Amino acid sequence: MLSRKTAVLAAFCLLGTSLTHAADKPTDPQIAHIAYTAGTIDIEAAQQAVKMSKNENVVGFAKDMVRDHEAVNKQALDLVKKLKVTPEDNDTSRALAEAASAERSKLSKLDGAAFDKAYVENEVAYHKQVNEALETLLIPSASNAELKSLLETGLKIFQGHQQHAEQVAAELK
Amino acid sequence: MPSRSPQNSNEDQSMLLKRQLCLGIAVALGVAAAPAWAETLQVTIDKLVFSPAVINARAGDTIEWINKDILAHTATVKGGWDVMIPAGKSARLVLDKVESADYYCRFHPNMKGKVTVAGP
Repeated sequence: MLSRKTAVLAAFCLLGTSLTHAADKPTDPQIAHIAYTAGTIDIEAAQQAVKMSKNENVVGFAKDMVRDHEAVNKQALDLVKKLKVTPEDNDTSRALAEAASAERSKLSKLDGAAFDKAYVENEVAYHKQVNEALETLLIPSASNAELKSLLETGLKIFQGHQQHAEQVAAELK
Repeated sequence: MPSRSPQNSNEDQSMLLKRQLCLGIAVALGVAAAPAWAETLQVTIDKLVFSPAVINARAGDTIEWINKDILAHTATVKGGWDVMIPAGKSARLVLDKVESADYYCRFHPNMKGKVTVAGP
């Protein structure tokens, strides 16, 4: 089975490939959809962890993810409403959602320390991939200044999440 | 009086005046002078940045973090204090001991600040 990390990478490569044709650069409505989808995926992963984990640090981390990603996604929705932009589904969003669904089903078969380790390691890898995509593709492609600024703040938040996940992973060992 | 930090050096003169006034009132009222010297130093949090990042305080001063972000943050010292700063709110801490502390946000460890507390 394709690991979540590989699948997420594949999803963003799909976006990268389309970028080789300048005309196919992701549009703001597509970027908004990808960013929102990426946030929703992490909220769903965290909700699963809150239900399944008995580890205080892991549950605490997962609750932090729900709170932060819900706040960022709410801000994203407010912005697209203000800009009168309708987020547009696209291949990258679909590939991300598929990869996330596969990962959730993989994690659902684990429990205890094995679940905690798999969840937290995926959180590190997932945030790393999303951050790379933000830095190299989504932020440079965004044309609206407010959307770009929101993505830039998002990058700082998710870089923080990546470091937080790395700390939780180190504590599990 | 040495400058406390570049951010409030301009206010030093008026601050000195205020402090003398406070001291005068404190002495007149016969209360301890030390608390009257204490001031509140503000740190703003905006887009995951503590500003100013470095605060020079004196024991007895209060540090107040004003969180302008939509996210909760903390000001945490490893093995020391841990202050919760809810989204859009502020939080305060009385700096009661002489120390030089590097602090960070537990939720976003890429956010870093420093507080140096000198004797009163």
